[in-house]
Amino acid sequence: MARTAERDTASYKWWGSHILGFLFRKQGGKRMNLTDWLTYAFLIVGTVIMFFPVLWMIMSSFKPISTLLQTPPTFLPYYPETIVIPGRDRPLPLLDVKLEDGSIKRMAQLSRVGRAARVLDIENPDAPPINVPLENVTPVQTVRFDLTNYTTAIERFPFFTYLRNSVVITISATILTLLINSMAAYALSKFRFRGRSVIFLLILSALMVPLAVIMIPVFLVIGWVGLGGNLLGVIIPPAATPTGVFLLRQYMLTIPDELIEAARIDGASEWRIYWRIVLPLAAPALAVLAIFSFMWRWNDFLWPLIVLGGKTELSTLQIGLNSFQGELNVQWDLILAMTVLSIIPVVIVFAFLQKYITSGIASTGIKG
Amino acid sequence: MDMSKHSQASFSLRMLWQQFTRILSLPIMAIVYGVDWIISRLIEPVIGSRRMPYFFVLPNMLIFVLFILTPVLLNFVFAFTGGSSTALSNRFGVGLANFERLFDCGDITNYLTCREDVFIRAIGNTTLYIAIEVPAMIIVAMIIALALNQEIRLRGFFRSAFFFPVLLSPVVVALIWKWMLQERGGLINTIISMFGGEPINFYVNGEWMMFWAIFVSVWAQVGFYALILLAGLQGIPPSLFEAARIDGANSMQQFWRVTLPLLRPTLLVVLVLTLIRGVQMFDHIYVLTGGGPGTSTTLMVQYIYRTGFEPPNNWGLAAAVSLLLAVVLAILTIFQLFLNRKQTEAV
Repeated sequence: MARTAERDTASYKWWGSHILGFLFRKQGGKRMNLTDWLTYAFLIVGTVIMFFPVLWMIMSSFKPISTLLQTPPTFLPYYPETIVIPGRDRPLPLLDVKLEDGSIKRMAQLSRVGRAARVLDIENPDAPPINVPLENVTPVQTVRFDLTNYTTAIERFPFFTYLRNSVVITISATILTLLINSMAAYALSKFRFRGRSVIFLLILSALMVPLAVIMIPVFLVIGWVGLGGNLLGVIIPPAATPTGVFLLRQYMLTIPDELIEAARIDGASEWRIYWRIVLPLAAPALAVLAIFSFMWRWNDFLWPLIVLGGKTELSTLQIGLNSFQGELNVQWDLILAMTVLSIIPVVIVFAFLQKYITSGIASTGIKG
Repeated sequence: MDMSKHSQASFSLRMLWQQFTRILSLPIMAIVYGVDWIISRLIEPVIGSRRMPYFFVLPNMLIFVLFILTPVLLNFVFAFTGGSSTALSNRFGVGLANFERLFDCGDITNYLTCREDVFIRAIGNTTLYIAIEVPAMIIVAMIIALALNQEIRLRGFFRSAFFFPVLLSPVVVALIWKWMLQERGGLINTIISMFGGEPINFYVNGEWMMFWAIFVSVWAQVGFYALILLAGLQGIPPSLFEAARIDGANSMQQFWRVTLPLLRPTLLVVLVLTLIRGVQMFDHIYVLTGGGPGTSTTLMVQYIYRTGFEPPNNWGLAAAVSLLLAVVLAILTIFQLFLNRKQTEAV
């Protein structure tokens, strides 16, 4: 049905109306009513509100500091053009100057004198500079996606230290999370043993005590066991997540007991049954947990903030970003570039694994 | 020409991937078989197969006891003891003094008359924050979910558009908006001046910052709740709407009489989740406003953080506040678990 309707619209002569027709037509080819118009209006305005701040940040991250702080700001990253004139020690900014006879001439700016610019003729640099009022002057700018901010940020900040810490924490914490949570989930879903319900209740009750509530004593305990100021202190404690245990347990309940019984009769050890039969079968649930664990650890802020105590050589990207934005003179050009770099992994994960994330949230309600 | 180039590139990529997996497969195999051998042959015989379930839950339980149970108990100890030392032997019992200090006010309605004025302010701020953020979040999420549930084109695109900020870290979200709100170069002020208004320095105005703190939390998290509500909406059988339509109900009546009552369990879950997260709110606002200007956006968790981790490190006081917060959260979480259970039973 929908296919024939599409072919009909494809015969429209004016392709613009074809695209609009494709966008603004209900599935099944019905005409739009007021509700549909309102729905689309809301969705489009909403999309702009959601996307534009991020787009604005990305655009801003390419701007030089002069364009970045100008009012009104421009959307595209403009770079002031400069020219090297022999005899002058630094490149001079180019200006389009409106001369007294009304013609416009491209000249180089030497300096600013009050409300006027001292400009130099490019073709005749030895002629004495002239003063022109600022209202007759427009700087020559070109749009350029220049990576200067990025390279400077990487040089100026210990970016690679942060990156390494974030990567180490994210990967090892995710592996640890998958391992210990799947072990616990297997025991809780496929065994009957004394104390099982107590253990299950304990794990359940862990949901009730988020880090925010126990951060003071957790900080002390981590210090006492020697994990304070240590990446392990960020990796190990949050690995035992109740959400992960639940997610995996629910999935493992669907694995038939006969499979496990059969392996047991064949003489497989309990560990081998878990390691070689249950784990591969639980791969879909493990994948979902892995994606979430990656997101949690990469974006985590409060836990590393408490455990790592602000040491630069141990900081993650999030902590590093926060410490530089807290300075008195915020270097926005560099901060924005580093922020964009820090979201690249998240964007990649979102682009490829979006379906798993959204269906994982919709079906289990676990935090994204 | 182009085509062959393309296939060549993907071909060499595949070669690279094959090389990569060939190199990686050896250590992975070594780990898979090695772990299997060590635990099956060396550890399991010692423990005994019947006790293996305990071995399986051991790592989780160790972490749980060490980093959740012990801290919870310690929190009680700290809340009822005084002193600036963290060593338990150097702390002395003070009974309820920490709690009395928190509520030591000349006039409870005016935080300036309180000994811990920031604490009273933080309670007020958190209450205000929750009172506005929670309804705003639910209403916006509901509208998004309803819109996405229509027969529309590009549904996947629109869904991702609303959802993607959920995956951005709180620090990144706060930085994006901190930049948007700048007086110089900020987009919001550019828009204000475009309509002829004077640029506003938001960062010196407490009420404006509270507004933006709430706005940013909604912006960052609304996609998550919209997704849950959308799943709830899609769970409503279409035949019910059909029946309502045949009985002559217009779309407004359908919404109030069919959609809302059937969505109530999902809405309740969303309500409790937003409340739980609202009470714990910390990182977005900490990075965006730092709790300021002054203390006008300092929330409870930030108060705990400040009291404990900034000099003079009053651990006892911070623990006392944590305990109060824990009680609130425990009630909310029990309620949530109860709701979840009811919902799964209903399904």
